[in-house]
Amino acid sequence: MSKIQGLVSKIIRFSSVDGPGNRLVIFLQGCNMNCISCHNPHTIGICNYCGICIDECPVKALKLEDDSKRIIFDDTVCVNCDYCLKVCPMSSNPRARWMTVDEIIEEIGPVAPFLSGITISGGEATQQIDFVKEVFTAIKGDSELSFLTNFIDSNGTATIDQWESLLPVMDGAMIDLKALDSKVHFELTGIDNESVLATISYLYSRGKLHEVRLLIISGINDEEKLIKDTVKYLAGVGKDIRVRLIPFRQHGVREEYGHLKETDLEMMGKIKDVFLREGFRDVYIT
Amino acid sequence: MNNTYKEKINKAREIVNNPDLTYQQRKHNLALLAEELLDYPSLNKEAKVALDERVICDIFEGNAPFRPRYILPDYKKALKQGSTFLELELPNDLAEALNFLTILYAHVPSITGFPVYLGDIDHLLTPFTEGVSDDDLYKQLKLFWRGVDRMLPDAFVHANLGPKDTRVGRMIFQIERELRQVVPNLTLKYDPVVTSDGLLLEAVKTVLAVGKPHFANHSMNVEDLGEQYAVVSCYNTLKIGGGSHTLVRLNLRRTVDRHEGDIEAYLRETLPHYVELTLQVIEARNKYLVEEAKFFEHDFLATEGLISLDQFSAMFGIFGLAESVNLLLKSVGKSGIYGQDEEANLLSYQITDTIAKILKERPVAYCEGNGGRAFFHSQSGIDLDLDATAGTRIPIGDEPEDLFKHIMAVAPHHQKFNAGISDIFNFENTAKNNPQAIMDIIKGAFKLKMRDFTLNLADSEFVRVTGYLVRRSDLEEFRKENRSRYDSTVLGYNAIENQGLFNRKKRVISNEQNSGAR
Repeated sequence: MSKIQGLVSKIIRFSSVDGPGNRLVIFLQGCNMNCISCHNPHTIGICNYCGICIDECPVKALKLEDDSKRIIFDDTVCVNCDYCLKVCPMSSNPRARWMTVDEIIEEIGPVAPFLSGITISGGEATQQIDFVKEVFTAIKGDSELSFLTNFIDSNGTATIDQWESLLPVMDGAMIDLKALDSKVHFELTGIDNESVLATISYLYSRGKLHEVRLLIISGINDEEKLIKDTVKYLAGVGKDIRVRLIPFRQHGVREEYGHLKETDLEMMGKIKDVFLREGFRDVYIT
Repeated sequence: MNNTYKEKINKAREIVNNPDLTYQQRKHNLALLAEELLDYPSLNKEAKVALDERVICDIFEGNAPFRPRYILPDYKKALKQGSTFLELELPNDLAEALNFLTILYAHVPSITGFPVYLGDIDHLLTPFTEGVSDDDLYKQLKLFWRGVDRMLPDAFVHANLGPKDTRVGRMIFQIERELRQVVPNLTLKYDPVVTSDGLLLEAVKTVLAVGKPHFANHSMNVEDLGEQYAVVSCYNTLKIGGGSHTLVRLNLRRTVDRHEGDIEAYLRETLPHYVELTLQVIEARNKYLVEEAKFFEHDFLATEGLISLDQFSAMFGIFGLAESVNLLLKSVGKSGIYGQDEEANLLSYQITDTIAKILKERPVAYCEGNGGRAFFHSQSGIDLDLDATAGTRIPIGDEPEDLFKHIMAVAPHHQKFNAGISDIFNFENTAKNNPQAIMDIIKGAFKLKMRDFTLNLADSEFVRVTGYLVRRSDLEEFRKENRSRYDSTVLGYNAIENQGLFNRKKRVISNEQNSGAR
């Protein structure tokens, strides 16, 4: 019914790491942050139809539509070499495709018996918040799918108004806190963290904060004082927050950030201990 | 004749002097050797040739069947009536019940010499637990469980739990996680209406720790076999108070090797021909067991009513479905791969449909436990299988990366195999943080009419081989020392070496062989 479309980078049918239970995850294309540590940098940018990937594709699986407004991708030819992602100057993905809400619902239908719910991730999901809202609403209104829970995996930069409008159809959110210190946050992401902190408090107060995620990058945001401050800050919001600690890994990260150091598990254990000592109960490393 | 005799004598000497076998293992192998001296039940020439060329495989059960392959004694009945033969009175309390069962286990025949079924433990013991404190129950169950592993060192020994949530069931899961034993193999009968999420969660936590239980779709099995069924050995679903005389399996790959002509001709002529020959082998073995060895006339399990002939049937197994499909397509110039391509999957369903139809129509002697017909079984392989994938599984390396696609490809087979089928799904270690996700997938699989669900964690200490478990550390030990307390470790070692189990992201094949394991 709805004409709105979302730009979808990828759909994974089964995921055990994107919220409670088994979930279908929809990755939307486009992000308002530009994190140096991003594992999926090809989800950041939006295609400007420059056509470089079309020429570079080794199996010629891509072509420009006649109106030059869309790249067409032939998945019967594609060999998943990901070379198009490598050559894209926009950190985009020519295989991302515009999908209607109905198309999303069709994707979910056959998989639904295996799911606790769906998670919309990114990119940054809230960059396409109207689309997210319509997908969530459609699920809640579908008698076959209404048992599914709707989660969002976000960098937390949406405004409180935006969250508020989403709450009636959203069951929970996983929010990344890249760094408590605003300067470090800016270095890491290219924007400051005021809205992220507001989001965490707001969602917590509305019972919709499923988890806060901390990506720990050795030498960048693992400094002892910063960790302590972060623990204190989150304790001030609520010690019953579930905290997921993620050690930084180089996998997928852009070449120019190859100097970033991976975080060892010993350090992760220490950070977890700081949380536990503060009284947090649900802290895990993955 | 003379030469063969000499060979056997030499083999006997090898067994007697083999330092890598325990005393029990030497004795068992000598008995098998003696059986080999007897003639095979009489077969027509074609069936004999197919057996000799291993198109048909009787899994080294022996030439003269004198005990059924799978026996599922009605332990519930035994606990209510005692045993004259074993001079056992009715047990009155938990200690007596555990003692009773332990004694009974030692007298249940099978191919390996160890019982393949220990009972629906929670169901059997719950009546004896009233007034027993948690501490006491825990201690008694733990000693019992340890005894089972040490006295019956064979991973085909199998216990069932569920579908009801009981104190005993939950405690067994806890004990499993603590003892980390290979034995017994374990199945949870799951029914979304009866089984609580709490019990399912306990089971999932246990499978994440020790690779078991295996999950059985209760309502589906009840529909096919009635309430009185159990899962034994490697995913063999059979009737309690009955069992299966034999398991003879057809190597589908080799039937295709021997086929000339197009796919239609295979389905119309070659396949039915070999199905018939396999049924002839099954029937000959059934008749020998019942009419010559007269097992059901003299064994105390039968005379005391703990088993009865009319609850028995025999199992028709298949393996190498994947290779047969791929080769058939190749023979007509197509490149479809079973598990990945729709056309290949459709052909695989046609093949199992064709066999299922013949089995439904063709009466087999002494199969009253299944309406006079053989059971259909997707056989999970033996350690010698090099050219054919277990049962109806997708070969290691060919599985779709997407678990959903994998499930959808194999699920249509599950409804046809009333005596069991298994696909093993490997999960990343991250699943440990999210047991709910595994519960979701099991529930989904059963909603889509999968009969069985088995999962293995990528880096688990416990590795599911064909349907049984081995410990990684035991394999390492065996690699060094070449001997093991568990018979099944030897089989697992061979299977893993021969089939590259660790090479593939997530699957497993199976095995059996030397002493006609399972």
